Amino acid sequence: MSHPFANLQLEALAEDAWLLRFGETIDVAVNARVHTAAALLRAHLPDIECVPAYASLLLRVDLDVRSSDGLRETIEAALSNPSAPATGTREVIVPVWYGDEAGADLQDVAAHARMSAEEVIARHSAPAYHVAMLGFAPGFPYLLGLDPALSMPRRSQPRTSVPAGSVAIGGLQTGIYPQALPGGWHLIGRTPMHLFDLGASSPSLCQPGDRVRFQVIDEHEYRRLAVDAGAAR
Amino acid sequence: MSVEVIKPGLLSSLQDGGRRGYANLGLGRAGAMDEPAWRLANALVGNHDDEAALEITLAGPTLRFQHDAVIALTGAVIEARADGQALPPWTSCFLPAGTLLRLGGMRHGCRSYLAVHGGFDAAPVLGSRSTDLHAHIGPLDGRALQAGDVIDIGGREPAAWFRPAQDVQALRWGLDPQPWLDYARAPLGLLRGHHHGALDHASQHALFAQRFVVSKDSNRTGNRMDGPLLRLDHPLELVSEATLPGTLQLPPSGQPILLLAEAPVTGGYPRIGQLAAVDLPRIAQRRPGDAVCFRESTMDEARQRLRTRNDALQQLIQRIAQRLESP
Repeated sequence: MSHPFANLQLEALAEDAWLLRFGETIDVAVNARVHTAAALLRAHLPDIECVPAYASLLLRVDLDVRSSDGLRETIEAALSNPSAPATGTREVIVPVWYGDEAGADLQDVAAHARMSAEEVIARHSAPAYHVAMLGFAPGFPYLLGLDPALSMPRRSQPRTSVPAGSVAIGGLQTGIYPQALPGGWHLIGRTPMHLFDLGASSPSLCQPGDRVRFQVIDEHEYRRLAVDAGAAR
Repeated sequence: MSVEVIKPGLLSSLQDGGRRGYANLGLGRAGAMDEPAWRLANALVGNHDDEAALEITLAGPTLRFQHDAVIALTGAVIEARADGQALPPWTSCFLPAGTLLRLGGMRHGCRSYLAVHGGFDAAPVLGSRSTDLHAHIGPLDGRALQAGDVIDIGGREPAAWFRPAQDVQALRWGLDPQPWLDYARAPLGLLRGHHHGALDHASQHALFAQRFVVSKDSNRTGNRMDGPLLRLDHPLELVSEATLPGTLQLPPSGQPILLLAEAPVTGGYPRIGQLAAVDLPRIAQRRPGDAVCFRESTMDEARQRLRTRNDALQQLIQRIAQRLESP
């Protein structure tokens, strides 16, 4: 019987690293397969480090612990295991103050999309996004599920510093800057939450595979939550 | 036990073997750029584990040791004076309390490692004492050394093999740096990357036939390579995927970037090559302006060379430990 991960595309990247490819597109269904495979491999081969991306999964092996010989068969066996682990999806609520000084590019995004700023906010805060992967900076979630009407090419001139907590749109992607960083995405709002906090038991607010919902708040609520978040550190 | 930074040098940071297991949170490994040199520095001062050492880039700091200390300097051979007395490279040296250690420049190579008996004692962050300068994580809040910093040293007894020294001293034996440092500019092994075939014909050839030069615009994240501009046969629309130290990326400028210890965990540029891991320390020792040539390697050859190197390193570390027990 063929299983969902038959005919694996397993590419040797480096002496200790392999890439499993699931496709070449940014797509919720493809990304879901990445996370299912990651969960299966973590359950059956816990010594292998799994790093999910949009359409691929990096597997990194400690060569002192495990030889590269026969690894393909080992991986295939783990992925064909019918006892898929429970992958309970966490939902993370992210409060966002949209527009004003928190979202300097909201009006530009609205003009580009030919809609009002209120409609951009409504459409951006409507979906449950999928955390496809984390990258760029610790805790930066690449979120899948942006309304295509809100898509906008990146700024031609990236900002040298985007404030921490900025919620932004780049192409068909949306994400949240965990710290002040240079960036070329369009800023539409800001969250008072800490995306990456070394003091927390799990340093990243979002984990690959989680779901994220944006909750609209106003400036007053933002400032109140920011004080709380600061005190909680 | 502690050491005070009087002058920071160009760029010095604490590094160990790197921060493993957090790439899925967007956090790379960081860690020593020249891993064998870092390991051997620790071995020479009798450290057992993956202690943090100071990674020094191009020009060294001036440090005051506030207590007796045993140090070793490996990697690129660096000018070193302890209260004016020249210290030999790649060997264990005793510094009495109060010694001012002035580290100067390197004639060849780019990075030196200063290890101290007992290890530099910064609090580990997510299991590592490596400084991630890009993510601002690790010792000293993830930044390079600054004047006025005071770094603790693990509270271990002075090494027995220097007792009862009072003055600056060096062991009469040290290691030959030659096998570990490549001043011969031999080509570096490069595996074809997934998108190598997307290069145009001339660029496919140029990658392995022509000379590149490490650009000034290089750091622990990656070395930009000046040289022939490489072009794709046809444009590629890529979805971001994992990147690693050693990944050779091609941004639209046509100037390839070789990712190093602080490689981002994902990237969306075409992946035209992957440096053989055994050659990562060699690229780490190339300084801006130095030439780099690539030769095509296979995965089998790269793994074999890595095994051979690691076996030699392990044997040498054991021999150092034995010799320190009965100097």
